[in-house]
Amino acid sequence: MSVQEALPLGGLATGQSGQFRADHLLVAEMVKPGSKVLDVGCGEGDLLQLLETRGIDGRGIELSREGVNRCVAKGLAVVQGDADTDLINYPDDAFDYVILSQTLQATRQPKVVLENLLRIGRRAIVSFPNFGFWKMRLQLLIGGHMPRTENLPASWYDTANIHFCTIKDFVELCDAIDVKMERAEALDLYGRPLRLRMPWWVWNLFGEQGVFLLTRGGRK
Amino acid sequence: MVGVQSIPSPAITADERSHEVDHPSSQVAQFGTEQPLRLDCGVDLSPFQIAYQTYGVLNADRSNAVLLCHALTGDQHVANVHPVTGKPGWWDTLVGPGRPIDPQHYFIICSNVIGGCMGSTGPASINPATGKVWGLDFPVITIPDMVRAQAMLIDRLGIDTLFAVVGGSMGGMQVLQWTAAYPSRVFSALAIACSTRHSAQNIAFHELGRQAVMADPDWHSGGYAEHGLHPHRGLAVARMAAHITYLSDAALHRKFGRRMQDRELPTFSFDADFQVESYLRYQGSSFVERFDANSYLYLTRAMDYFDIAGDHGGVLAKAFAAIQTRFCVVSFTSDWLFPTSESRALVHALNASSARVSFAEIETDRGHDAFLLDVPEFLDISRAFLQSAGKARGLTLRDG
Repeated sequence: MSVQEALPLGGLATGQSGQFRADHLLVAEMVKPGSKVLDVGCGEGDLLQLLETRGIDGRGIELSREGVNRCVAKGLAVVQGDADTDLINYPDDAFDYVILSQTLQATRQPKVVLENLLRIGRRAIVSFPNFGFWKMRLQLLIGGHMPRTENLPASWYDTANIHFCTIKDFVELCDAIDVKMERAEALDLYGRPLRLRMPWWVWNLFGEQGVFLLTRGGRK
Repeated sequence: MVGVQSIPSPAITADERSHEVDHPSSQVAQFGTEQPLRLDCGVDLSPFQIAYQTYGVLNADRSNAVLLCHALTGDQHVANVHPVTGKPGWWDTLVGPGRPIDPQHYFIICSNVIGGCMGSTGPASINPATGKVWGLDFPVITIPDMVRAQAMLIDRLGIDTLFAVVGGSMGGMQVLQWTAAYPSRVFSALAIACSTRHSAQNIAFHELGRQAVMADPDWHSGGYAEHGLHPHRGLAVARMAAHITYLSDAALHRKFGRRMQDRELPTFSFDADFQVESYLRYQGSSFVERFDANSYLYLTRAMDYFDIAGDHGGVLAKAFAAIQTRFCVVSFTSDWLFPTSESRALVHALNASSARVSFAEIETDRGHDAFLLDVPEFLDISRAFLQSAGKARGLTLRDG
C-alpha cells in the first residue's frame, strides 16, 4: 500500500481528505489558516488546492511545464521555475511558510535550497523519502542494488532524485546550518505518522518518509 | 532580361483606407479641448478621439469590464468582421461566444491605440490647427500615452476598476503599463508574449522596418497624403521583415519548406519561385491595404521607448510594489521576438513584489504569433485564470 492509498489522518473531515495524499494532509495541518505559503515543487497543485480549501494564500513554483500549466489551468498562482536557481529571486520574509514536499532529494544543492527556504519564509516545511527506511537498507544489504520502492520506482540511471538522505542525515544538516525543528514527524509504510516519541534511530529505521516543520535557529 | 515581380499595388485606394481614420466603423469617444491627453513628450494632444468596440453588457456593479489591448498592427475590431478586410476579428480564438473571453459574461472593450489609423487620433488624422493630415507633425507617442488615453475612455464609460486587462505583444506592454500606472484599477492582468522593455534586437528590427518605409520615394518625408500617395512598397517590405519575426524557423519550414510556388523548376529569375516568398509578398501587400505608413512609424517607436524599469529608477520590482492585481504571464517556447526569458524577468520582479502571479510557458513551434492562433493549452489557461479571478472578484458568470 502506497502513501497515496493511505488512510486519511484523524482530525480532518474524511469526506474531504480522501482525495488528498497523507503527507499533504500532515503538511496542511502544520500551516496556520490565513497564512501565506509558497510551495516549491508543487507538481500539479494538489497540496495548493488542499491549502486553499483552508483559507491559505498559496503560491507555487514547479519545474515541469506540464505541471505548471495544469496548476494554472486550475486557477492556482504557480510559476515555472527551478528550486535551485529561482528561489534567489524571492525577497526575505516574503512568506509565512515555504514548503518543499518530496523535492529536496531532487535539488542540486539541498543545503543552499534549505537556507533559501528559511530566508524567504519564516518557517519551512520539508518532507522527503527516508533512505534509512528498513526496506531500503534491506535492498542494498541483501539485494546488493540501489533501492526501489512503490513511491520511488525509478532506476538509479533515470531517477530525478540525485541527493537522497536519511532522517538522521537531515537532522544533522539542520543542526549544521542552525535550523531549529519545531516539529518532526515520520510516516510509516502506510502513510501514518509514528505518533510515539521514539529515538531518532527508530524513526530513521521505520519512517518511510520524514516531515519537518522548521524555523530559523538562534545561534547567529 | 531577368524576370522581376514586385509587390503588387493594394486593391483599395488611399481614400478608402483613410475613411476609417476619420469615420471609423465603430463607436468613437471625443475628447474636447477641456480634456487634453498629456503626452510623455510634453505635448498636450487636444482635441482627440478614441475609436472603440464593446461586446457584452456591463453588469450592475460595473465589475465585469475586460479591456483588450491590441498589438502593433491590430485595432478595435477584435471580435467582429473587419470593416476594411472583411476578415473575422483578429482575436476570435480568445474572444467571442463560448470563448475564454465571452461577451455573455464580460463587458469587453477594445480601443484603437492613440497613434493608430483605425479611428483613434494618429498621424493619419486631420490636424485641427492646419486642416491637413498630421503626418510627421503628430507628436511622438509612447505606450504610457496609449494607456493614459485608454484610462480616459474607461472613465468616460463610467468604469472604475477593470476586471481584467488582456493583451499580447504590444498589447501585453499596455497590460503591464496599466498595472504599473493604475494598479488599483486592474483586478487581474493577462500579459501574453510580451516584455517590460523592448530589447535591442527588437528595436533593430523596428528600425529596419522604418527605414524601408522612409526609403520609399512615395513617403515624401511623411507628407504622402498631400500628394495623394501611400508608400505601400516600403510599408510592405517593413511588414514582410516583421512578419518573419512573428513566426519561427520550424513553423516556416513546416508550412513551406523549400516548396515551389505553382511551378516545378526554378525560373532563374527573381520571381517568387518559393512558396515562402509568395506568402511574404501576400502578407506585405494585404497589410498596406489597411494600415497607414506613418502610423507604423509612430507605433513601432512607442514600443521601442517602452521600459517600465527605466521609468522606476531601473528597478522593475518598484513598478509593482505592493500591487494587489492578480497576474497571469504567458510565453511561447518558439517566440524569439519576446522570448520566455523576458517573461521570466517580469515574473521575478512580480515575485519580488509579492504579487499573485501565474506563469506558464506554452510549447509550440508557431512563434510569436501563437497568441493569436488556436493553441488549446494557451486558451485553456486563459479561461481558467479568468474564471478563478472572476470567482475572487465575486462575478456570477451567466450560464451559457
